[in-house]
Amino acid sequence: MKPFTYERAKSSTAAAAAAARTPGAKFIAGGTNLLDLMKLQIETPAHLIDVNGLALDGIEPTPEGGLRIGALVRNTDLAADPRVRRDYGLLARALLAGASGQLRNRATTAGNLLQRTRCPYFYDTNMPCNKRQPGSGCAAIGGFSRQHAVVGVSDACIATHPSDMAVALRALDAIVETVRPDGSVRSIPIAEFYRLPGDTPHLETVIERGELITAVTLPRPLGGTHVYRKVRDRASYAFALVSVGAIIQNDGTGRVALGGVAHKPWRIEAAEVELPRGAKTVTARLLADAKPTHENAFKLKLAERTLGAVLTEARG
Amino acid sequence: MGTLRDLAPSRRDLLIGAAASAAVTGAPPLANAQAPVTSAQGTVVQAPSVSKVSMTVNGMARELELDTRTTLLDALRERLQLPGTKKGCDHGQCGACTVIVGGRRINSCLTLAIMHEGDSITTIEGLGTPEKMHPMQAAFVKHDGYQCGYCTPGQICSAVAILKEIDSGIPSHASNDLTAQPQVTAAEIRERMSGNICRCGAYSNIVDAITEVSGRKA
Repeated sequence: MKPFTYERAKSSTAAAAAAARTPGAKFIAGGTNLLDLMKLQIETPAHLIDVNGLALDGIEPTPEGGLRIGALVRNTDLAADPRVRRDYGLLARALLAGASGQLRNRATTAGNLLQRTRCPYFYDTNMPCNKRQPGSGCAAIGGFSRQHAVVGVSDACIATHPSDMAVALRALDAIVETVRPDGSVRSIPIAEFYRLPGDTPHLETVIERGELITAVTLPRPLGGTHVYRKVRDRASYAFALVSVGAIIQNDGTGRVALGGVAHKPWRIEAAEVELPRGAKTVTARLLADAKPTHENAFKLKLAERTLGAVLTEARG
Repeated sequence: MGTLRDLAPSRRDLLIGAAASAAVTGAPPLANAQAPVTSAQGTVVQAPSVSKVSMTVNGMARELELDTRTTLLDALRERLQLPGTKKGCDHGQCGACTVIVGGRRINSCLTLAIMHEGDSITTIEGLGTPEKMHPMQAAFVKHDGYQCGYCTPGQICSAVAILKEIDSGIPSHASNDLTAQPQVTAAEIRERMSGNICRCGAYSNIVDAITEVSGRKA
């Protein structure tokens, strides 16, 4: 690890201001992804702002009938919250499908959103990677790409976003609340939170320098049957090859988001009108612009079959 | 282009500087100056930074002055002489470093020691001793829940914690009903223990040991 200075944040606004003011500063909360990357010198912050002491660890009802989840709520606590288990089963299921018990005890809501890709070429500092070192090239294109993205890819990057939680939040239309260094706040719909790689795969979200996530807000409960199905190489503690998060209503309508296929949780609202027609039609629409590699083209069929299994499960 | 002779003094100066600063603070040999320094190769590097932290480890109050980079794992092993907690992958993938912080199990390799101001930490040394083993330690011995033993401290810390997680109603990926009280089943144990890897493959005996401690017949 590169040396860094350290401070404990006193308030959200002070933390945001300090992050904007201090060269090379980063926030640290759970640290389960950041420290991993710092050990490999993929992340080399000169200054860490520890936000764990901020009072952002509560889950409160909103006036609209939804829930406001503090940025520091640990993944375990979010998945175990009785309201989340009852009304947002998709979110609880997605959280529990991710990482290990030890990691979920530490990882936070905001940190989970901001975790970096697990592309092996991003992790290998001997390899070119446009995400790690802009302009250096992409070793995944033409490399071992079984795990990689099939849709929304660019010539610069085919990495996936690794989060399960974010897939559920995308299906739920969650809103990310932030505070900026000048103290102003904003609400970012999750649909607008992540970027596609394009020519700038190192820019992953719309978060600005110093901007701190303070909460994630869920809308009123949507009812329906909540299913999260994750297909992976091991039965537990592995990243998704493909995952499907769905909320299906009794009349067959619903919402679907995919994980493991793109640089962000993948949802196309227009595809959901096809849900009563079945998985094949929906998936064809969701992945119409897919550009898989020869190693990950199986994900197209896998996504269709996984959605098929999800719809069968939802119909009971 | 600098020659080797040109470069040699700057390296010596750096070492002298570090030693002088260590002498002043009484700290281990690392500079607490936070200004960047020039390395022997001529590149500007950030000097190590030192911070204090107080925590309770196995019931004892401990105060440490640490390089900010020190993980909780390294603080336990290298500074507090508690080598029971093991360093496996050092990247949160194997679970050998699992300790219990504030009643919750975490990977001690993926957290900085200085982030644990005021925290209460339990390591394998705090669970039991050879003379007075924790019931989980005794059950691992009885059921032969290990072969080489390297992953065992982490397995046992996790095992103790998962029974508490189940008891307090925290669901898992293996729980069929999200809203029901989870039960101690083999499927629940296997899912919850998936963050602890055993290369010797003692998994089925580990499940037996945990099942016995939970009060069910193994």
